[in-house]
Amino acid sequence: MTRDEVRQAIIDILEDIAPDEDVSSIKDDAILREQIDLDSMDFLDIVMELRKRFNIEVPESDYQELASMDSCIQYLQPLLKDRQLAS
Amino acid sequence: MNNRLGAEKRIVITGVGLTAPNGNNLNEFRKNLLLGKSGVQKFETRYVGEVLAGVCNFNVLKYQKKKELRRGTRAGSIAIYCCQEACNDAEINLESIDRSRIGVYLGVTEHGNVETENEIYNISKYDYDTKFWSHHHNPRTVANNPAGEVTLNMKITGPHYTIGAACAAGNMGVIQGIQMLRLGEVDLALAGGVSESIHTFGIFASFKSEGALAEHDDPTKASRPFDKNRNGIVCAEGGGVYILERLSDAKKRGAKIYGEIVGYATNSDAFDFILPEPGRQAECMRLALKKSGLKPSDINILNTHATATQVGDIQECKAIRDVFGKEKSVWINNTKSFIGHTMGAAGTLELSGNLPAFEDGLVHQTLNLDELDPECHLENIVAGKPKQLGSVDYIMNNSFGMFGINSVLIVKRHAI
Repeated sequence: MTRDEVRQAIIDILEDIAPDEDVSSIKDDAILREQIDLDSMDFLDIVMELRKRFNIEVPESDYQELASMDSCIQYLQPLLKDRQLAS
Repeated sequence: MNNRLGAEKRIVITGVGLTAPNGNNLNEFRKNLLLGKSGVQKFETRYVGEVLAGVCNFNVLKYQKKKELRRGTRAGSIAIYCCQEACNDAEINLESIDRSRIGVYLGVTEHGNVETENEIYNISKYDYDTKFWSHHHNPRTVANNPAGEVTLNMKITGPHYTIGAACAAGNMGVIQGIQMLRLGEVDLALAGGVSESIHTFGIFASFKSEGALAEHDDPTKASRPFDKNRNGIVCAEGGGVYILERLSDAKKRGAKIYGEIVGYATNSDAFDFILPEPGRQAECMRLALKKSGLKPSDINILNTHATATQVGDIQECKAIRDVFGKEKSVWINNTKSFIGHTMGAAGTLELSGNLPAFEDGLVHQTLNLDELDPECHLENIVAGKPKQLGSVDYIMNNSFGMFGINSVLIVKRHAI
């Protein structure tokens, strides 16, 4: 996956997890929770969706890597480098 | 007896919120009951396939965000819709009252089956690896879930819980509300019952295995209480919630009063897991009459529990004959014939459909009663079309459930 594809994969998950939010306005360098309504159960949903969609395990010690879009991409891109974005 | 109670102990209904398979508010529901419009349709359910069910179509986004819907349960959603609608109907502005003095008491037949089945189906797609089991499972399946979702949505900080009471649960929610108001524990009760049961395949499969699941080529004719050709229950979802207040409080704020709950009773058959026992059902009706200070001939409308099972209908009719004999002033109807069995919601929902009789004097009919089973003979079953009584003063509502849990409510027209 390219950087843009990883970003799109995260956006797809956020659209499902936070269906009332406008995810198109997310700024990549800002904290996600400061931009859209996400609580700890939502973060667990993100972790679950990464597991279901990409078979990626995010250990609790790495949860802070999911804080912003930039940090998400940086953390996930190496794990997704051989993967294709589902059409 | 109730006339001897002070206004601070007399409990009145001042708001109704409901969703039924044939109506999403009291006016619509009542209109369709008088028109003879069924709410039963074909319904696809996991593993069992096509079944018949009463399905609600209320606007789920009227009071909830999409995220609340995703996280919560269908029972929670039904409960929120009904509680919000009841508050609106009672003209209660939540912003201006003390929400720590509101109690939420909701009856449920069962809770958690839907969510558990969904999770097992979910992990079946991952070779039953439980690391794919949702962290939402526990909050979705705790027994207080539907009432708890209401408190989050409406920011109510008073007590909340569900009352597990099989198919007597709707009435039991109301009984709980009455008791808490009389004890002074709360000043306002959101009381009634909800059901999401059609979303569990297990309830259909279990009734089918029991030989008690209704079948008919025409879904609208499948629910046939008292009819010779009845062949079982039509499962339905729904909710019915009342605003209950002490008469003194209702008068103080000039509330519209639907009626006063002058009597209630609940008891147990102590007889069988599923089979009803007419002797105890009759006792329950008599106890409610005694508590109300009424005699059988005072009742104008008796809304029956009958679910269209072979045995259950006959047993309830035996109990009614025992209490009411050949009394001709009592008119009898059944709401499940329109909407199926709304399980935990049945008591409140079915009573709701009859409350407008205090104003219009009409008894809604029993649908699909084409050929009365002789064993279900009662003096005055209303069938074919509504019956105009002119004036209605007392309504009795029966709701019975598995393990022989019986409940009866008696509501009186409120004289202004």
